[in-house]
Amino acid sequence: MGSLSSERMSLLQEKATAIRRDIIEMLAQAKSGHTAGSLDMADVFAVMYFHVLRHDPANPLWEDRDRLILSAGHICPVRYAAMAEAGYFPRAELATLRALGSRLQGHPERKYLPALETTSGPLGGGLAQGAGMAYAAKMDAKSWRVYIVTSDGEHQAGLHWEAVLFAGKNKLDNVVCIVDRNFIQIDGSTEQVMPLEPLRDKYEAFNWNVLEIDGNDIAALCDAADRARSTAGKPTVIIARTVPGKGVSFIEGDFRWHGKPPTKEEAELALRELSTVGEAR
Amino acid sequence: MQTMRDLQQTPQMRPTRDGFGEGLVEAARRDPAVVAVCADLVESTRMQAMHDTFPERFIEIGVSEQLLVAMSAGLAMAGKIPFIASYAMFCPGRAWEQVRTNLCLNEANVKIAGAHAGVSVGPDGATHQAVEDIAIMRVIPHMTVVVPCDAVQTKKATLAVAERFGPAYVRFGREKSPVVTTEEMPFEIGKAQRLREGGDVAIVACGILLYNALRAAEELARDESIECSVINNHTIKPIDEAALVDAAQRCGAVVTVEEHQVHGGMGSAVAEVLALRHPVPMEFVGVQDRFGQSGKPEELIELYGMGVESIKESVRRVLARKR
Repeated sequence: MGSLSSERMSLLQEKATAIRRDIIEMLAQAKSGHTAGSLDMADVFAVMYFHVLRHDPANPLWEDRDRLILSAGHICPVRYAAMAEAGYFPRAELATLRALGSRLQGHPERKYLPALETTSGPLGGGLAQGAGMAYAAKMDAKSWRVYIVTSDGEHQAGLHWEAVLFAGKNKLDNVVCIVDRNFIQIDGSTEQVMPLEPLRDKYEAFNWNVLEIDGNDIAALCDAADRARSTAGKPTVIIARTVPGKGVSFIEGDFRWHGKPPTKEEAELALRELSTVGEAR
Repeated sequence: MQTMRDLQQTPQMRPTRDGFGEGLVEAARRDPAVVAVCADLVESTRMQAMHDTFPERFIEIGVSEQLLVAMSAGLAMAGKIPFIASYAMFCPGRAWEQVRTNLCLNEANVKIAGAHAGVSVGPDGATHQAVEDIAIMRVIPHMTVVVPCDAVQTKKATLAVAERFGPAYVRFGREKSPVVTTEEMPFEIGKAQRLREGGDVAIVACGILLYNALRAAEELARDESIECSVINNHTIKPIDEAALVDAAQRCGAVVTVEEHQVHGGMGSAVAEVLALRHPVPMEFVGVQDRFGQSGKPEELIELYGMGVESIKESVRRVLARKR
């Protein structure tokens, strides 16, 4: 584990901003989709695709790749944008999000785009699938790791906790579950809809290694991934506290942006804000 | 027409689940990618032999059927061929959405073994008697659905789904039931078997009730000179359309027999084919939109209208409609 070079740090920041711009453009074009969660996970996806994952965009099904699963399928715009930035497909294809015939389905479908690893959307199912992959990797003595991005809201699903039990029992230290802890879901605040706190204690009780960080802090994310990698005998959960809609002032912190796209005018405003991010630093 | 065991003799009795247990170990021997996952029912789903023979390829997950499906999808995507077992009521029953999304939409190579299907589970009662499982599995694209008729065929079906890429559901029962087929009889997914020839009515059956269908056909021929064809329609999806159309053309009337709700099951699948390609009068033997209850298996089969007499009555009814 080492501190990030300033070059690497600027690269990751630039990628996160580029991903946010792509998200706004895609959603405005598609006229439907989930804005807040997509924006707040831009830092996580930039760090994953440009720092953490062992992967090869030119050979997406390379056998020894790390697997990245997006359990909370509704925030797929952030993943599509990150994949395009990483070179999995041309950026121009982002404009086809949710359109007939597109590989970029409204929720991720592996059949359309195998590099997605799974088909997801129905919440609570990603960790279970990731744990299955991780178990198979252990059976075959493979060193690849499995990263599963989850929403906090889907922690209300029983299946997720079945998988938490399973990964704990089997000491799947090749599993890293990242929680987008933005405290919002469609019907409002997670703590009003169905409280999840104390989330850390719950995972610890299930025999997991728990890291709680600022999920919009790129250095903290890189550091957490390193610490997860050096933790043996336990799966790791990174509770990434994020600001919903991060990066666009009028979207930040407002749960009403969970499931709606920006209008053309709102998109222009957002893009203007995002174009000044680099210069302000 | 295929030859089978002589029904005049006292039939050999074996639970179909025994065939699954044997088939699973054999499939694991043939292919190192085969693994088994069980949700706290190792002995009764007959995964014990797999557990004992290949302990490193056996995974116990406890009472969590949604996990059973979703986690196994992950195993499959990493190259394994998981066989997953519970009671049919709980898997696929409880885990339908995971089966649809994680196995079928995702085209994951996972094989579901649904044990204790039908009212013949007996004393456990309605909560444990799956009579809707064929309907909820066959409606999903990419799913293969097989309901073998006896222990010998269940073993063959287990081996066959192991070799066929994609999600599959194999359904079997708890109780000892007559062995109708022989070791030598070929088995192919999607190929129905004609076990008896007759021109008046075609009885299309699946699962352990095939034996009752054969008995009914024999008694009708002996006592009433009604000649029935009997078809073992073990694969409900992909269904053998050619065999069904051929039977309807030869006989002009069809009775379906299954240990399942008459709505949405094998009989409905047959009706879907014949309505389009060769409509004939049909009768449906099965559970008539009711729940089961506790009792002895044979009592329940009779009470719910799936005994030999009920099948004979359906044959007479359909014959009357044909004339």
